[in-house]
Amino acid sequence: MQRQLLAILTTAALVPLAQAEVTRVGFATEPYPPFATPDASGEVNGWEVDITRAVCAAAELECDIVTTSWDGLIPALTGDKIDFIAASLSITDKRRETISFSDKYYQTPAALAGAKGVELEVTPAGLAGRTLGVQSASIHQAYAQAHFPEATLREYQTQDDAHQDLFAGRLDATLADRLIIEQFLGSEEGQLCCEMRGSVSEDPETLGEGIGFGVRQGDGALRERLNEAIAEVRENGTYDEITARYFDFDIYGEPDT
Amino acid sequence: MADSRLPPHRLGLIAVALVIVTLMVVQMQWGWLPEYREAILDGLWLTVVLMVTTSVAGFLLAIPLGLVQVKGPRPLAWLARGFCTLIRGTPLLLQVWLLYYGLGSLFPYLPGVRQSWLWPYLIESWPYAFAALTLSFAGYEGEVMRGAFAGVPKGELEAARSLGMHPLTILRRIWLPRAVQRVLPTLNGELVIQLKATPLVATIAAVDTYAVFGRIRQETYMVYEPLLLMALIYLVLAGLITLAFAAMERAGSRGR
Amino acid sequence: MSYRDMSIGELLALAPPGWGGALLNGLCLSLQVAGGGYFLGLLIGMAGAASKLSGGPVARDLWACYTTGIRAVPELVLILLLYFAVPEALNGVLTSIGVGEVSIGPFVSGIVVIALVQGAYATEVMRGAIRAIPRGQIEAAYSLGMSSAKTFRRITLPAMLPGALPGLSNLWLIATKDTALLAVVGFTELTLAARQAAGATKHHLLFLCAAGVLYLLVSLISNAVFKALERRATRGMSHG
Repeated sequence: MQRQLLAILTTAALVPLAQAEVTRVGFATEPYPPFATPDASGEVNGWEVDITRAVCAAAELECDIVTTSWDGLIPALTGDKIDFIAASLSITDKRRETISFSDKYYQTPAALAGAKGVELEVTPAGLAGRTLGVQSASIHQAYAQAHFPEATLREYQTQDDAHQDLFAGRLDATLADRLIIEQFLGSEEGQLCCEMRGSVSEDPETLGEGIGFGVRQGDGALRERLNEAIAEVRENGTYDEITARYFDFDIYGEPDT
Repeated sequence: MADSRLPPHRLGLIAVALVIVTLMVVQMQWGWLPEYREAILDGLWLTVVLMVTTSVAGFLLAIPLGLVQVKGPRPLAWLARGFCTLIRGTPLLLQVWLLYYGLGSLFPYLPGVRQSWLWPYLIESWPYAFAALTLSFAGYEGEVMRGAFAGVPKGELEAARSLGMHPLTILRRIWLPRAVQRVLPTLNGELVIQLKATPLVATIAAVDTYAVFGRIRQETYMVYEPLLLMALIYLVLAGLITLAFAAMERAGSRGR
Repeated sequence: MSYRDMSIGELLALAPPGWGGALLNGLCLSLQVAGGGYFLGLLIGMAGAASKLSGGPVARDLWACYTTGIRAVPELVLILLLYFAVPEALNGVLTSIGVGEVSIGPFVSGIVVIALVQGAYATEVMRGAIRAIPRGQIEAAYSLGMSSAKTFRRITLPAMLPGALPGLSNLWLIATKDTALLAVVGFTELTLAARQAAGATKHHLLFLCAAGVLYLLVSLISNAVFKALERRATRGMSHG
């Protein structure tokens, strides 16, 4: 009797999920302004959400946003819990060993935000002995490990946590995407506590080649559809229109080969 | 308890377990282990230190918490009771975040705090981890101690009083030892629970065993291997605690 | 819409941009997952207690492995492990019986994880409670010709309830608090909702405290309900 009940319960819980043929897009749960921020009604908003929706529309995909913890995104993708990742994921060779990527849809250098009143230079020597906050599993963590070996690294589950600790005075600096840093420095907390210390030197190996959608390896069909859709929204002006709502310049970066 | 002989079905089960373990060792990828050996040991050290120190500190705090609830002035008893309810009624993860991020968000508005001698500690994450785990242990154990204090037979205390003993002497010589004796059998379980609570500190950037394995997972993009090894490590730690308590109990009963 | 200019009342308002509704939503999800996990956990516990007490030696040893293993590994580790493993395993089973793959959302995974953790503890609670029932009662039922299923439903279950209630109430409280750990895998239950609200508004203390108050209310109300249940169950006992 118990087993029957269990079976009924599980099927009842599973069946509704199995029906609709939707593409599940994985976003991270935490606020990552201005790209994706959850609001009080449970919706995610921001540039990246708008772009993803536009790309989905162009690719004629019915997309459903699923939120997962940032460090659980790639396992969720490989574990077939989501179909692609749209979480400002940089295209790196290291990640290519596990997942594949669409073409890039925006690009940002990495920059350092520092606490006011703390003298530091963005060089390995200048950061020696300083406490540097990075998001775990991010390209910035990899970069800091490779280039600032003498800095004390603190790893946070979200970049928002790192900003919070920079604001609290527990960090000397945090390394993140420049667009994110600028957004934070523009906020009231950011203005109060911190200032821009500048971008770090380029290193495509750790910092990657721009930001793309993460797709399962072997899911070449979806990748192609996304690539075509990205090209389409770039061409038909949707991309620029959405970008204009959030930024006063084109964040696509250098058009690559 | 003592298995002097192994029944055949158990031999079979052990064989099956061995096959599974062998398959796991052979089939899964463990090449990353040597690279992370140091980091894992460091994380393990923090886990063990956190568990031991917070349990001891929490227990010391639990004694007065239990005592005032049984025989303290009303307001104090009320406060202690409220504290225990608060700790036991909310998730530890929330308490950890409240202490770390909640307090942290106040610092910029407290002018003197950065000049104070406390500041070097306030910017680290381990003091918050220590505080949260200690308070949690004290909250749960305080409730247990209350029961233990209340459960010491009244007659023994009255006998001591009639001998003209000072109340503090009674507490030190009779009440407290008898109460502690009563909670000792439950301490094993409490310590295992405390061990299992330590991974939460990884969410405030403390690098314990859990955090180290989190990094391994992210750098190798493997899902099961690091998690299984981590589960095994905690299993072994819990087993060691239980073994230590069993040994202590045996030694105690022999001594009596 | 600057959150900084809003008063506490506006921040906690139920309708967006206030985050009160989001918190209550999170609470609802927490309670649903806790409730589902608790219920399934009780079923697992019953099966476990039954086979630990009267099952074969192999079944008994397997259950012992399950309860010992689950109770010794941190819930956070179990959640991470099971959160990924459960959907894969379930899909494996479903595919092999011909149902085909289904997508298993975080909600179902969360319930199953909580249930597996709860099941281990529930097994022990129920085993203790069943063993405390006087042997004669069950034997009497058998001698009246009741089947073992009927005996379990009519005699064992009601007789063990008073003994099991304190343990079961404790388990329910653990279930509600364990759902908070799902925040770490990105499931937007109460704790993560509070964290999101805190991150978005920068009012960390306010929202984490608000979530704390909600959890506290749940535990106080649950305590009162279980106390009342206990009183009724034991009153029934003493009267007959």
